[in-house]
Amino acid sequence: MSSEPDKLTAKERMAIPRQQMPQRDGIERSRDFKEVNLGLAEQVAIREAQRCLQCKNPKCVEGCPVGIDIPGFAKLIADGDFLAAAELVRKDNDLPAVTGRVCPQEIQCEACCIRCKSDTPVAVGWLERFVADYQMGQSKKTKPTAVKKTGKKVACIGSGPAGITCAGQLAKLGYDVTIFEAFHKAGGVLVYGIPEFRMPKKIVDAEIRNLKAQGVDIETNVIVGRTVTIPQLMNDEKFDAVFIAVGAGLPEFMNIPGENFKGIYSANEYLTRANLMEAYNPESDTPIIRGKRVCVIGGGNTAMDAVRTSKRLGADESIIVYRRSAKEMPARVEEVHHAEEETIRFEMLTAPVEVLGDKDGWVCGMRCIRMQLGEPDTSGRRRPVPIPGSEFVIDCDLVIVAIGIGANPLLTKTTPGLKLNKWGYIEADENLMTSIPGVFAGGDIVRGAATVILAMGDGKKAAQNIHKYLSR
Amino acid sequence: MFEIVNKETLGPNVTRYEIKAQRVAKSRLCGQFVIVRGLEHSERIPLTIADVNTETGTITLIVQTVGKSTLEMTTLQKGGYFADVAGPLGQPSHIAKYGTVAVIGGGLGTAVVYPQAVALRQAGNRIVSIIGARTKELVILEQLLGSVSDQLIVITDDGSSGKKGLVTDALRELTQSDNKVDAVYCAGPVIMMKAVAELTRPMNIPTIVSLNPVMVDGTGMCGGCRVTIDGKRKFACVDGPEFDGHKVDFNELMDRLKTYKGHEGKKYEEHKCKLLQGNK
Ligand SMILES: Cc1cc2nc3c(=O)[nH]c(=O)nc-3n(C[C@H](O)[C@H](O)[C@H](O)COP(=O)(O)OP(=O)(O)OC[C@H]3O[C@@H](n4cnc5c(N)ncnc54)[C@H](O)[C@@H]3O)c2cc1C
Ligand SMILES: Cc1cc2nc3c(=O)[nH]c(=O)nc-3n(C[C@H](O)[C@H](O)[C@H](O)COP(=O)(O)OP(=O)(O)OC[C@H]3O[C@@H](n4cnc5c(N)ncnc54)[C@H](O)[C@@H]3O)c2cc1C
Ligand code: FES
Repeated sequence: MSSEPDKLTAKERMAIPRQQMPQRDGIERSRDFKEVNLGLAEQVAIREAQRCLQCKNPKCVEGCPVGIDIPGFAKLIADGDFLAAAELVRKDNDLPAVTGRVCPQEIQCEACCIRCKSDTPVAVGWLERFVADYQMGQSKKTKPTAVKKTGKKVACIGSGPAGITCAGQLAKLGYDVTIFEAFHKAGGVLVYGIPEFRMPKKIVDAEIRNLKAQGVDIETNVIVGRTVTIPQLMNDEKFDAVFIAVGAGLPEFMNIPGENFKGIYSANEYLTRANLMEAYNPESDTPIIRGKRVCVIGGGNTAMDAVRTSKRLGADESIIVYRRSAKEMPARVEEVHHAEEETIRFEMLTAPVEVLGDKDGWVCGMRCIRMQLGEPDTSGRRRPVPIPGSEFVIDCDLVIVAIGIGANPLLTKTTPGLKLNKWGYIEADENLMTSIPGVFAGGDIVRGAATVILAMGDGKKAAQNIHKYLSR
Repeated sequence: MFEIVNKETLGPNVTRYEIKAQRVAKSRLCGQFVIVRGLEHSERIPLTIADVNTETGTITLIVQTVGKSTLEMTTLQKGGYFADVAGPLGQPSHIAKYGTVAVIGGGLGTAVVYPQAVALRQAGNRIVSIIGARTKELVILEQLLGSVSDQLIVITDDGSSGKKGLVTDALRELTQSDNKVDAVYCAGPVIMMKAVAELTRPMNIPTIVSLNPVMVDGTGMCGGCRVTIDGKRKFACVDGPEFDGHKVDFNELMDRLKTYKGHEGKKYEEHKCKLLQGNK
């Protein structure tokens, strides 16, 4: 480790170009599930960190939903003290190896970087990932510090980023925390949704082990609302507070003819089979349809993950069908870029109107219509309107619908007194408390489909407020 | 990990497992199911909860060996463990007092209707059970279902056990006898449930069928179990598995169940070979 303190002038810093993230060749990687980005080498990370101008009034920190001290940790990297940098990041972010990989940095911290004015921003995400991976690679494990027990019990429902963060924070404060997870494996979208090539499972597993080492209990196979209800948890099992972090988890379909032919998946089903059930592994018992020509409908991260997975499962051609233009796609810029490198075809300004099936009931194509952009809608994006007479057919043998998710009613319906908004998401006040005293909620089930970092932010805020609530 | 406290062979291809699953046992209502993985690498498969014992915190599953997951499960022994048991899932059975209820089980559907027969009888109904199968070896749960029925009819395609014919023949005969049938509960191959529903539709006999689409999570999260009921999309794992048989699009379900035919057959054959070799 170099321990030369970093003493560059602003001019020298400005002269350093943005470093490159080493990545695997697009064609080669599109045939397997190993990670795409390889991570920065130490010297490259130091070089990149030296690009930070150490602003007195850093805008990047304002752009970070959890307010990480970005110049602070960049400085520590530049000085070669990677472990201290990791510790500094972890003060505000419990899952830096995750967010370093999946945060939409280009609209958060990096978008606010002062260097954007004349140049490219500091690669905050890559640096975050670098320190987190570096810390994980050290054999010296940070021992959980012994904490004084409060004697109070908190239940976190769901083990996605919101639940994990809340549980970790509460354990540090001395609470007995149990996470209840519906699936047989903890991690939420990080294990069932986001594929291995973008979010290696060993990273999530390590975080889950960390959590257990802190004393958090994880009970899998518990579907709250069915296996046990929130009133039962509070009244019979004496949990003093509950944090609901069950994610959104209700697949949307297109509601067009032909949607129930064989060979049409929701992205949730396709990705769950591929990731959680490891269907990409020929040894796995869980089957998955391996299309040769695959159409994925949508333009978000989920659509990108599905389309790139289909390529890896052997498709000759994998196509994104999106009704707006490239500019409106909500996916992370890096994922779109990676998809392009992996020869994914993009059919922009195109909407499906019917799924076509063959005589055996298998998908054989999709009738689509071209769109043009009209007036902005409520989301501020220009509304796509169909161009009359522009219908055409795309041949395909697998269709994956990734047009969004809604609020799964399974838990909310079985919790009397829990106030929901008109879309079925849980209403929470500024302290994230719901209409039921002692019951808090956060992450996608409150916000609608959002991001990992916002879910984590909620987890942390809920932990602080649960602590306040239980210390009254 | 869920301990197997009892295991019993009920027939050539039918095994009864009693499993420790405290939370499931406590919350389960008749008609609900669990999603299980026998082993760590197994597929998640749905199985009806045949019975529970709330005192010992155990649930009973009756499983017919039809493919790899159910075959592999048979290698687990008393004292061993199921990797995962999640539930209870689905809506509870609609149990009411009708009068005489025909409870029809075809093949492994017999395991699904057994708990319904129990609950319907407790509700004061007269139970006529009909077990249908291709041939004698495939008739399961005859004794168990018989023990909770006022009348039991076995009917096989080839007449090797009971009467010769299809369950619809038995049901038609029953409706034409002096015994009025006030409701039908039915589970089994889709083609059979369809035939039963077609038979009872003109007679206006309420007919509840238990659908068996492929499932993954069982919580309404994937949509793989979608079925069309009265023209509307429903998720069988949360809205079902029981539906009004006169409203189900059976043809679509039958077709969707063929999705993994090739894959399943292959896994089963591969695995059967391995297991048989291992036993030598
Ligand atoms: C394919 C995909 C790709 C994505 N890519 C990105 C990305 O690149 N960057 C980004 O920032 N965001 C991304 N997102 C969004 C992000 O993953 C979510 O915003 C985030 O995971 C929400 O976290 P959460 O903790 O609220 O819920 P989740 O991560 O959804 O976790 C909820 C957990 O609760 C469990 N659960 C549900 N119901 C119950 C119940 N009744 N009882 C017990 N447990 C229950 C679920 O099984 C699940 O494990 C992506 C989402 C998807 C689907
Ligand atoms: C709500 C519900 C409750 C069920 N309850 C029971 C039960 O109590 N006892 C029981 O033995 N089985 C029950 N089943 C069926 C059971 O889930 C399947 O037999 C099992 O998934 C087969 O797994 P496998 O890997 O052994 O066979 P596979 O290799 O998956 O399939 C082998 C054969 O079984 C057929 N098959 C696959 N899945 C199903 C299915 N869901 N329903 C019917 N046939 C199927 C396949 O088409 C194939 O021909 C239930 C199914 C559902 C949906
Ligand atoms: S099994 Fe996934 S929604 Fe029903």
